Amino acid sequence: MEHPILFISVILNWIGLPVPHGPIGGTLLEKLTEPYLTYSWLIMAFLFVVPKLTLGKLELVPGTGQNFWEALIGGLMDFFIEHMGREKARMLFPVLATFFIYIVLANMIGLLPGFMSPTSSLNITVAMTLIVWLLHHILGFRYHGWKYYKHFTGPIAVMAPFMIILELIGNFARLVSLSMRLFGNILAKEILLGVLFMLVGAIFAPLPILCLGVLVSLIQAVVFVLLSVIYCVGAMEHAH
Amino acid sequence: MDKISLALVCFSAATSIGLTGFAAALGMGRGVESACNGIARNPEAKGAITTTMILGMALIESIAIYGLVIAFILLFANPYKAALIGG
Repeated sequence: MEHPILFISVILNWIGLPVPHGPIGGTLLEKLTEPYLTYSWLIMAFLFVVPKLTLGKLELVPGTGQNFWEALIGGLMDFFIEHMGREKARMLFPVLATFFIYIVLANMIGLLPGFMSPTSSLNITVAMTLIVWLLHHILGFRYHGWKYYKHFTGPIAVMAPFMIILELIGNFARLVSLSMRLFGNILAKEILLGVLFMLVGAIFAPLPILCLGVLVSLIQAVVFVLLSVIYCVGAMEHAH
Repeated sequence: MDKISLALVCFSAATSIGLTGFAAALGMGRGVESACNGIARNPEAKGAITTTMILGMALIESIAIYGLVIAFILLFANPYKAALIGG
């Protein structure tokens, strides 16, 4: 496949650092200069610096920057309260809101030429999915103790040996589906953009796909966070 | 790689995304149809219906995404690459 030009990799190359060409670098330095990692760090830096600049001193009458963050945080909080109730939403808000903002930005940055989406690498999405998956098991254990594992056996005692296999497969499938969905959507968008640009880039053929990409980026972020919310709520609620 | 294996790899990649896309589109169409009916009958339930619909869409769509991932694996990261090139 044609290798796209990535600004950070070009700059790193120019400084003299090695930039790996495969999906996994050999040495530690090559692993650290992987494009998906460098772009992930770029997003993290952006998310540190921009709120610091816009929210440096809070004002009673908010300006444009503060207004944006207030609308975003307030909207997310309303969304979580609607699905989990106020206390649980307050407890889980830092994790899930961070995921949402990071995923939206990570998806959107791939629409700029010379940048790539970190979420189009399976490493990033599997890492995020593992966090969510472990989180919902930890929450379930904290709320119900050992009884949490009893709901894997289903309601009928006779059927328990069969139900536990089904439930375990269903639970591990969450790992695959949650990570593969985000990864596949974003990778498909990137490859589609690349192919269209190579074939008919001169007549702005990728333009409709760019508009679609904005929509897909938002929807996939919402879906990831919504599914995380539903897994966590399912683990925390009382067993029937 | 001989021509027949190359053709088979390309054909199976196209088939995997084609068939899953076909089935997922049928399912999603039925879902949207029912959601539109529900909103038309009971406009107050729009919020709940929309959330449920998007969630269901995402779950159905993941099937199509699996097909897409398999197509990508066949084309760009084929596990039998060495055997195909050697044979």
